Amino acid sequence: MQNRLTVVVVEEDRDRVIGIVDALSETGDCDVYVIGNYTGLARKIAEHAPDIVLIDIDNPTRDMMEELTLASGPLDRPVAMFVSGAAGGLAQKAIEAGVSAYVVDGLAPERVKPVMNTAIARFRMVRQMRHELAETRRALEERKVIDRAKGLLMKAKGIDEDAAYALLRKTAMDQGRKVADVAEALVTAAGLLG
Amino acid sequence: MRRVTIPVAYMPLVDAAPLIIAQELGFAEAEAIGLDLIAAPSWSSLRDMLGFGRVDAAHMLSPVPVAMRLGLGGMGVSLAAVCVLSVNGDVIGIGRPLEEKLRASGFGFDFEDARTAATALQNARRDKLVLGVPFPFSMHVELLRYWAERTDLGVDSIEIRTVPPPLMAEALEAGDIDAFCVGEPWGSVAVDRGVGALLLPGRAIWQGAPEKVLATRSDWAETEPDLLGRLIRAVWQASRWLAKPDSRIAAAEILSRKGYLDLPPELIDRALSGRMILSGHGEQRQCDGFLRFHGAAATFPWRSQAKWIAHRLAKAHGLGPDTDAAASVFRADLYRQHMTQTDADLPGASAKLEGAIRHPTAVASTRGALNLLPDRFFDGAIFDPDAPE
Repeated sequence: MQNRLTVVVVEEDRDRVIGIVDALSETGDCDVYVIGNYTGLARKIAEHAPDIVLIDIDNPTRDMMEELTLASGPLDRPVAMFVSGAAGGLAQKAIEAGVSAYVVDGLAPERVKPVMNTAIARFRMVRQMRHELAETRRALEERKVIDRAKGLLMKAKGIDEDAAYALLRKTAMDQGRKVADVAEALVTAAGLLG
Repeated sequence: MRRVTIPVAYMPLVDAAPLIIAQELGFAEAEAIGLDLIAAPSWSSLRDMLGFGRVDAAHMLSPVPVAMRLGLGGMGVSLAAVCVLSVNGDVIGIGRPLEEKLRASGFGFDFEDARTAATALQNARRDKLVLGVPFPFSMHVELLRYWAERTDLGVDSIEIRTVPPPLMAEALEAGDIDAFCVGEPWGSVAVDRGVGALLLPGRAIWQGAPEKVLATRSDWAETEPDLLGRLIRAVWQASRWLAKPDSRIAAAEILSRKGYLDLPPELIDRALSGRMILSGHGEQRQCDGFLRFHGAAATFPWRSQAKWIAHRLAKAHGLGPDTDAAASVFRADLYRQHMTQTDADLPGASAKLEGAIRHPTAVASTRGALNLLPDRFFDGAIFDPDAPE
């Protein structure tokens, strides 16, 4: 799994950009791209497939970002970070809602580092969540198959549940395969023999 | 009554008029409220301001609350559309390269016939037709898709991209987009900058399209019934004033102020009067009902309109067919509750067959004098909210 973050900064002001890029490079593990011209913005951003987009909350091009986040699932979308002086309590609530990371005080270089740390933490958390979700889903699927295989064995051989599971496990060990795989094969075979 | 100030977000567009007028001409004051009008820099900001409680009400694209209830576009906040702020008012415009091709082919720019306009575009385009819209959830997108789907153009020949309206003319000039669908004054701005021509008004696709709604958080609408009532009534009075022919010049003047649209009143007047200037060639077309604020139950949040939006969104985004909950965000019930004490003539039903009215038609209403105006789709289709195809 790749650990470097891809960050896109949308900002026209050159001086601010330099400050922000410097602050970002201090945080180390990220690749930074700057977009200073709004023409074709959505396409340019999409090309970089960023993990984080840094943009001022008052920037009207924010609506283009909405389009990008729609293209992917809610957990896959880039974490768009909107920064503003006036947003006040909006920031915390927005983060809690999982929409994006908002920060107050404007898109200023000295604010970038703590903000990036928050964003990185959130990025990792989301990735962890995604991973766990996939794991849970897989485990659930496996249990379902094993249950069905047990049921088939109990019916075919007239044995109880424990014995059916023991049989599955023994076969799996003998063949050097996973219990779920053996169960899967059995369920498929039973389906074919119908 | 204790005077209360309600923070309200809006986008600086001509159709924000009911809110601006309610505040400026004292209709809010008459209900003992003040509107603290906050101009939003983008539709996403406006939605977030409302969702997170920075403001209590907002001038919103009619499909946004519906989309949010369908789980589209992030943010798990439930919004209510408590009244419609404007009907129609969008324009479809094209850039210079397309305009020249259309002129060369003898296209008449009648600003009326959606079918012939689509055919002309289909013949003129070389690649996919890239159209700019203000936001992914908007009547603009819905009208464009509906139109392309049911004409020679075909839905596969268009690509819709989000472009903030103030940047629309620039994007057209840069060739980022070939055409656009946008709310006024931004279509006219593109014309005056000489970068494009207007092709069709939104109403050439659907004569009864709810364009903007007044939205609040659902919980606010339930827990602040008194404030909500005052707000709905103030906006309704403002829309009544706006519909008077004598009000037009004053309205354009107020909207043009620096704190609001900050554009010449002449430009704003085009949408208010329906006298649209189509291109640098100076062609002028009169489009009656270009943008409507009041009368014929224009402000009534019809469930069937929300149902149409929900149905279209569900189809476009591959969602299940159950859109009843999403359609219920248009709160006809709250509107009735808060408008009974006025002299408004409320329709007897809260849903209608969309697109079925071809001529001004008398319908059952609380005062018995309500005529609904034509709400035809250009292809003559009728949308039955109880049996959407």
